[in-house]
Amino acid sequence: MDIDLITNVLYAMVRTGTPLLIVALGELVCEKSGVLNLGQEGMMLMGAVVGFIVTLTTGSLILGFLCAILAGIAMSMLFAGIALGLNANQVATGLALTIFGTGLSAFIGAAYVGVPITGLDPIAIPVLSEIPIIGKMLFAQDLIVYLSFVIFGLVYWFFKSSRMGLTVKAVGENPHAANVIGLPVMRTRYLAVAFGGGMAGLAGGYLSLAYTPLWAENMSSGRGWIALALVVFATWRVERVILGAYLFGLASILNLVAQGLGYPVSPNLLAMMPYAATVLVLVMISSNVMKSKMYTPMWLGKPFHPHG
Amino acid sequence: MSRQQVEPASSSYRLQLQGITKQYPGCLANDKIDLAIQAGEIHALLGENGAGKSTLMKMIYGVTKPDAGKIIWQGKPVVIKDPSMARRMGIGMVFQHFSLFETLTVTENIALALGDDAGDLKNLAIRINIVSKQYGMELHPNRHIHSLSVGERQRVEIVRCLVQNIKLLILDEPTSVLTPQEVESLFVTLRQLAKDGCSILFISHKLKEVQALCHNATILRAGKVTGDCIPAEVGTTRMAQLMVGDDTPISTDYPKSLGTLPFLIVKDLSLESDDPFAATLKNINFEVRSGEILGIAGVAGNGQEELLAALSGEHLLARAEQVCFADTAVGLLDPRARRELGLGFVPEERLGRGAVPEMSLKENTLLTGYLQGLVKNGFINQFKTTQFADKIIKDYKVKTPSNQAPAQSLSGGNLQKFIIGREIMQNPKLLVAAHPTWGVDIGAATAIHKALIALRDQGAAILVVSEDIDELFLISDRLCAICDGELSATKATTATSIEEVGRWMTGVFDQPQVASEHAVQTSAI
Amino acid sequence: MFLKLQPRGAASATMSYISPLLAGVLTLLTGGIFFAALGHNPIHALSIFLIAPVSDVYGFAELCVKAAPIMLCAIGLALTFKAQVWNIGAEGQLLMGGLAASAVALQLLDVESGLALPIVLFSGMLGGAAWGVLAAWLRNRFNANEILTTIMFNYIALYLLLYFVHGSLKDPEGYGFPQSALFADSALLPILIEDTRLHIGILFALFAVVATWTFLSRSFLGFQIKVLGLDSNAAKLSGFKHKRLVILVMLISGALAGLAGAGEVTGPIGQLIPSISPGYGYAAIIVAFLGRLHPVGIFFASLLMALIYMGGELAQIELKMPLAVTSLFQGMLLFYLLACDVLINFKIKLAGANTQVENV
Repeated sequence: MDIDLITNVLYAMVRTGTPLLIVALGELVCEKSGVLNLGQEGMMLMGAVVGFIVTLTTGSLILGFLCAILAGIAMSMLFAGIALGLNANQVATGLALTIFGTGLSAFIGAAYVGVPITGLDPIAIPVLSEIPIIGKMLFAQDLIVYLSFVIFGLVYWFFKSSRMGLTVKAVGENPHAANVIGLPVMRTRYLAVAFGGGMAGLAGGYLSLAYTPLWAENMSSGRGWIALALVVFATWRVERVILGAYLFGLASILNLVAQGLGYPVSPNLLAMMPYAATVLVLVMISSNVMKSKMYTPMWLGKPFHPHG
Repeated sequence: MSRQQVEPASSSYRLQLQGITKQYPGCLANDKIDLAIQAGEIHALLGENGAGKSTLMKMIYGVTKPDAGKIIWQGKPVVIKDPSMARRMGIGMVFQHFSLFETLTVTENIALALGDDAGDLKNLAIRINIVSKQYGMELHPNRHIHSLSVGERQRVEIVRCLVQNIKLLILDEPTSVLTPQEVESLFVTLRQLAKDGCSILFISHKLKEVQALCHNATILRAGKVTGDCIPAEVGTTRMAQLMVGDDTPISTDYPKSLGTLPFLIVKDLSLESDDPFAATLKNINFEVRSGEILGIAGVAGNGQEELLAALSGEHLLARAEQVCFADTAVGLLDPRARRELGLGFVPEERLGRGAVPEMSLKENTLLTGYLQGLVKNGFINQFKTTQFADKIIKDYKVKTPSNQAPAQSLSGGNLQKFIIGREIMQNPKLLVAAHPTWGVDIGAATAIHKALIALRDQGAAILVVSEDIDELFLISDRLCAICDGELSATKATTATSIEEVGRWMTGVFDQPQVASEHAVQTSAI
Repeated sequence: MFLKLQPRGAASATMSYISPLLAGVLTLLTGGIFFAALGHNPIHALSIFLIAPVSDVYGFAELCVKAAPIMLCAIGLALTFKAQVWNIGAEGQLLMGGLAASAVALQLLDVESGLALPIVLFSGMLGGAAWGVLAAWLRNRFNANEILTTIMFNYIALYLLLYFVHGSLKDPEGYGFPQSALFADSALLPILIEDTRLHIGILFALFAVVATWTFLSRSFLGFQIKVLGLDSNAAKLSGFKHKRLVILVMLISGALAGLAGAGEVTGPIGQLIPSISPGYGYAAIIVAFLGRLHPVGIFFASLLMALIYMGGELAQIELKMPLAVTSLFQGMLLFYLLACDVLINFKIKLAGANTQVENV
């Protein structure tokens, strides 16, 4: 393996891991507040299609990304209205969101399949990006990748030392206790879900505006689900989410590695890799019952009615 | 004990309730309640389970709102919108089921409740230290709640109220989770607080404690005030009558029994749980004889759940002979196999373990009664199941419209009678009952005690695990206590005292010196 | 919020039947508005969507052809959902069933025996069951969340199928197209009504409805499954074998989905192709909920879902709409159902100035 290949693989690893990182951070905040939103896939697809259409019609990438985020938030509020407002089963509502988002995005995007746009370009930071091996990975990426580093830092700080982070954790651990001591349980949860939605929308926008600048039906191809598994992998700890995201990024670009090394493997088998890796990781992490129990938000996925 | 005489000068009242009424679907929880507390007064709110005490407290603390009536705070009518408003007014509440967060530290927990008044965490930790020392309630601000004992958790709840400028402290059944010694030191703290001018509303159903602590008492029954009195001047009998009504018989004494041969034998039982929040059992040994009731006292969270799971078969053991039913080693057998050998089991959680909430009584009969010929060739025998269910309902006087009523529609007492009846009617050789009468009214508790005694007299071995020391003295033939996963020695009930069992509950077993060192260690971990 | 939820004392049985109907009506209304907004006459569009597809015998036969796999998958899912095992993997189990059935059918191209079809179908059931049991085993043995594993297995199954249909199962005389050889007649499902594609698969589905209904309402195992789902602690304390029950429901569910997949390749398709299911396994999730996890409810819900599939196809031709309109309606239906289900446990009250609506 030569240096160039390693440099490029690392670069692609971060690039591929970025949407996963963004979605997983959003979902982590959401789950910490005790809400399990399985609709990541649907929110991502809506972010992708809305971002794409907006950028195509206005020519503005910034507007595209903003609208992608808004689309994600709008979708997440649909979830919140039903799962939190009407106390519906969170698993079923999340599934509904994914099915609905898949359908709606395919519907409104049908006319745009295969239309090309100019995507987001990488910005190489002078000097730093020249560092051998890791320079390209960390300092020759596009703006959203840099933004994902910032979001990671913010979420880390949020849980480590902010009051709001403490409230989110408390609400996710025991909403009844939080309610009687006067914490705004429902408001906290709505906000956490909205953050999750915004992040999923952003990640979706990244797919259609930067990663592969085009729109295709179902283009997130399971990334929303993998992100959910990532949160389990990270055992709800922020610092491990970034590790997991890049590991999965690596698993997704194995074809690049295989080609680079000259091994011909069926593309269909390689395409299976991220999913197989997800199962493997779930098995390895979950079998440690002690750890899973220690870090899982205790009230995750269970309904809570403020006066119930 | 000092006692203040309270003059009815309305201007000096800290809190007055006038005609407070609260209606829940299908139940009038509070019916025109009047109550008044002065500054520095310790006032008892006395009543049975379900009398409406907790509902009333929740309204004072702003968790729920009254349908009618007035709340007057220091002479002015107020509408308490939410708990944070109550807190700002100077009202603090210690909940029966603590409102603490296991994964956070003491300081973080207190900071959450104080909201913006908390300031930065370092200063808060210092304030916590000062307040907790001042009232003799040692606390380590940086420890996580899940590492604290129940008594320590209660201290956190109390200190959480005291770090602010407190004028009224409400305590909901605070002694039910404490050892007798801890109760004493809590009372010392409360008296000191009252002396400093804080009013205290003390909710309880334990007459002796109310008599020892409170200046005045208001007694509730079925949502209504049935009387006000000065506990020190009125006998406990009169208070009990006001509490339960004249027509409910109050428990009598039961004759003690010696039992015959050991049926349940537990040997060298040690258990490390895979749950990070669970207790570890350390080398537990005891026997329960056929024809006797053995009581295990202890404060919740000291290994009772783990011991019960090891006995029921929910948690399988390392070696079969760690638990034996007579001559059969059952440590490796699952719950069904143990039932086939004569085990009956009454869990602490009535809904959600003892009975499936959404299922009918008939289906809940099948839940554990399936070994009584109710299933044939894999299919349910509907007729026999109905018959069995109806017999339980009739024999144990379960108040229900029919065997089709879902378990969750029954009151706690009625459901518990059903569950106890279901287990006893399967003629168990060993009945394990966890907290058999918590949260049930006195009528049902008496019926349950009588049923247990009758089963004992038929020759069954009975193990009762309870936090209620009075109950254990009432029905047990022999007693022991569990603390931090260890079991004390066992003594005949007539040969021990509440004080001694209380010491066992704090881990002071029979060798005083060694054991007291141990107790210090456990609280410092 | 202007609406307040007031908990009912007990769940309302009436509402649990009314809610799906209400959801259907709301979906219809929203659909009408949606069509109108796109410039179509809503009555005309809805009639194309929901009435035109079944206006003749052929249409009715097609409805049953589509309903059969959905019904089989949904019945199995209902069983797992009853046990609180969240099997989202009917799609993958269906694909594995189709793949396994095809692999066997392709070995039997020259066999004329009447045994060929049962063997092929059984292989399909085995394939689906194995895929389901694998997820159950991972949950039992490693505590791996079955929602995520079954979803992942859906993707893996899809790529496995693609791998084989591009590889060893490809028809060597098929000019390089990714599809298998046509199966022998002996391995095809018999047709029920001439000149239609209606095959005996619908009878399997009906049998599954009746058998599951009996199993759940009459057998002790069915009772144990219900207890496990409602209250796993009670199930454990009562001595029900938790892990075996999880395996059992996933086995049945996987086998039924596998049968659905086998029914597709040996029925309307007649060979293995890259896309043997337009998301029947996912649609079945909606059907299971819409049918209240009850076999009879699922029977009707499957017919409705099949109708939505046909309506989507027809709308594509007649109204020039993207086929995605199908999944749009599916998602909408499930959303409305979940929203309407609030009525089962809560009463809705307008929060006026003086109506205090609280609960314990």
